[in-house]
Amino acid sequence: MKETSSPSNGPLVQSRPPLWDFKRLFQPKTVAVIGVSLKRERHPANVIFNKIHLRYPVDVFAVNPGGGDLFGRKVYTSIRNLPRPVDLAVIAVRAEYTLDTLKDCIDAGAGGAAIISGGFAEVGRLDLQDQLADLARQHGFPFIGPNCLGIYVPGRIDTFFIPSERMVRPESGKVALVSQSGGVLVDQMTKFAEQGIGFSLGVSIGNKALVRELDLLEYLAADPDTGVIAFYIEGFARGEGREFVQAARKCSKPVIVLKSGKTGEGMRAVSSHTASMAGDYAVFSAALAQHGIVEAVNEFELVSFCEALSCYGEPIDGRVGIISPSGGHGALAVDICSRNGLSIPAFNQEQQNRIRADLSSSVQPIASLNNPIDLTGSATDIDFMAATEHLARSPELDAIILLLLPYTPEVTSDLSARLSRVCRRHNKPLIAYVPHVERYRMLIEGFEFNGVPVSPSIKGAVLMVKALKRNKPC
Amino acid sequence: MLKTEIKTVLEAARTRGWVSEPDAKRLLSAAGLEVPRFVTVTDPDQIEPVAADLGFPMAAKVVSSRIVHKSDVGGVRTGIETIRELTAVFESFSRLDGFEAMLMEPMVSGLEMIIGAKMDDQFGPVVLLGMGGIGVEIYQDVSLRMAPLGNADVDSMIKGLKAAPLLYGYRGRQAVNRDELTRTLIRFSDFVMAAADMIESIDLNPVMCSGEKCIVADARIMLPPMDGHTAA
Repeated sequence: MKETSSPSNGPLVQSRPPLWDFKRLFQPKTVAVIGVSLKRERHPANVIFNKIHLRYPVDVFAVNPGGGDLFGRKVYTSIRNLPRPVDLAVIAVRAEYTLDTLKDCIDAGAGGAAIISGGFAEVGRLDLQDQLADLARQHGFPFIGPNCLGIYVPGRIDTFFIPSERMVRPESGKVALVSQSGGVLVDQMTKFAEQGIGFSLGVSIGNKALVRELDLLEYLAADPDTGVIAFYIEGFARGEGREFVQAARKCSKPVIVLKSGKTGEGMRAVSSHTASMAGDYAVFSAALAQHGIVEAVNEFELVSFCEALSCYGEPIDGRVGIISPSGGHGALAVDICSRNGLSIPAFNQEQQNRIRADLSSSVQPIASLNNPIDLTGSATDIDFMAATEHLARSPELDAIILLLLPYTPEVTSDLSARLSRVCRRHNKPLIAYVPHVERYRMLIEGFEFNGVPVSPSIKGAVLMVKALKRNKPC
Repeated sequence: MLKTEIKTVLEAARTRGWVSEPDAKRLLSAAGLEVPRFVTVTDPDQIEPVAADLGFPMAAKVVSSRIVHKSDVGGVRTGIETIRELTAVFESFSRLDGFEAMLMEPMVSGLEMIIGAKMDDQFGPVVLLGMGGIGVEIYQDVSLRMAPLGNADVDSMIKGLKAAPLLYGYRGRQAVNRDELTRTLIRFSDFVMAAADMIESIDLNPVMCSGEKCIVADARIMLPPMDGHTAA
């Protein structure tokens, strides 16, 4: 799928109604797939029809002007001829037929559309998609796309033209991801699923001819199923970035942005120092930070930030306590923390004495209790619980990183659930690192099912804390 | 009315594409920013009375509609102590391509900072604060914010600079007057908002920041291309 060109060549922001009604579009009970093929079995529209028909709790109708029969189901000749109006129309006809099809959808009383078809701004036909947008605007009819994959809501709807067996899907959860690129969305969904991060909604907005980031930000800010709003953005239209960051600042939910095209400039000769140093990306990044939007600089950060912020929404200052049964792990975590602007406050003798008093008799004489805490390889559940309890109570710390190495012989498999509850009780964000291998699954889930994010790497755990700190205007 | 004044000066400079230092300083002064007292001279005979009035040490700069970057062509001299030096400087400036006049002003001291603005396509007017002087683009120690700025924005811009400790009074040096710097940035941000649809970018470089004041020692306002919207 081709992406649209640079933001400055994009369309200007049009005046729009204050809020689109996206409810029928994103929570459809009835769907029409327009443009199924009776000749090509693996036509994208057929894939979409088939997966919705077989896997989702909605009534779905196939549409093709030729009529006939597809996978044993009737093909209707037009959306106008369906037994009842549908909530969502998936439009997969050729670009030149989309305008007429959109008219039919509006006349037939559909609730909205996802226009999957390509052949618009990405191939120089901005006029074609402008016509679609003008028509839709006149009728207050929301559509996603064109040139997109459309919508994925776990257990409810999936308009991606990727066969189900080829897709890795996150479960139901709190993160909404809005992506200008369909490919990036699918790829991120794989990573989110691997990390056990749930989705409330995934939308590929493609050429964003009508529905743009700002519209979805407003919708998701009010959506009770969404707790964290993430975007993959290539660029904004003139003045649109300003509106977006101002709206995001007013949003009570964490907003995360991954931006591409960070280096696509610099060739242009500029005559002032300011214009040279305030390049497109530098301004983008500064505007996000100024408005409390979390910028993920790469995909790895995006996943970590989404996971952390779906567990903890409150911004923190960045003072971290570290607990580990290995001095090496603690030292590595400290290094990564300081590179990422997080501080590791030292514990005074009195604080250390209080922790030591609660440790098991075997660990008491050998543990190192400055920050980072090294409970040694002899650490038992009692020692982890005691150290975590003390750190969770400390007003000098904003978050705890727990480096839990499950091969430590005295650690039991229900420790993670117990530790999670300690931190929940004290309202102290806890982030865990556990090596992600199948035999430690129960420990990992003990954290995850109790609302504690788990990273498969030390760096990932540190980035999660950084996300909590960055969720704050600066 | 500031807006009318801005418009008059900027309209007059449209064909040239940028506003000269004397005009830019008059505008900034009207917007409430501190600039040094300055006089432009076109005849060497004017030098002595002006110098007597402004006082040494002095800075002299070439005024020319063809020279955007004055220091690149040897068009900036600082620390001038005598009439004889001034006359020699005038002599050499007058040989520069497009020479129109020599700007004379008393030297101001302080930490060299840059304050700038740019009309961003996606985010509108943005303001920049950084360490100034001729090395700005080498060190690139700058903070950016969308305008208009509030006090909290200014605080975080200062904190965001690597050189922030220099402003707080590093190793016994005098600290920069934070209130003055804040006032300067906020007035500048108001100016930028008022002029937003008429300008492309602005460099105030250097702005000399001391324990007492922040004085705009040089200024340049770049205007958008004549064919309507800027392509920036």
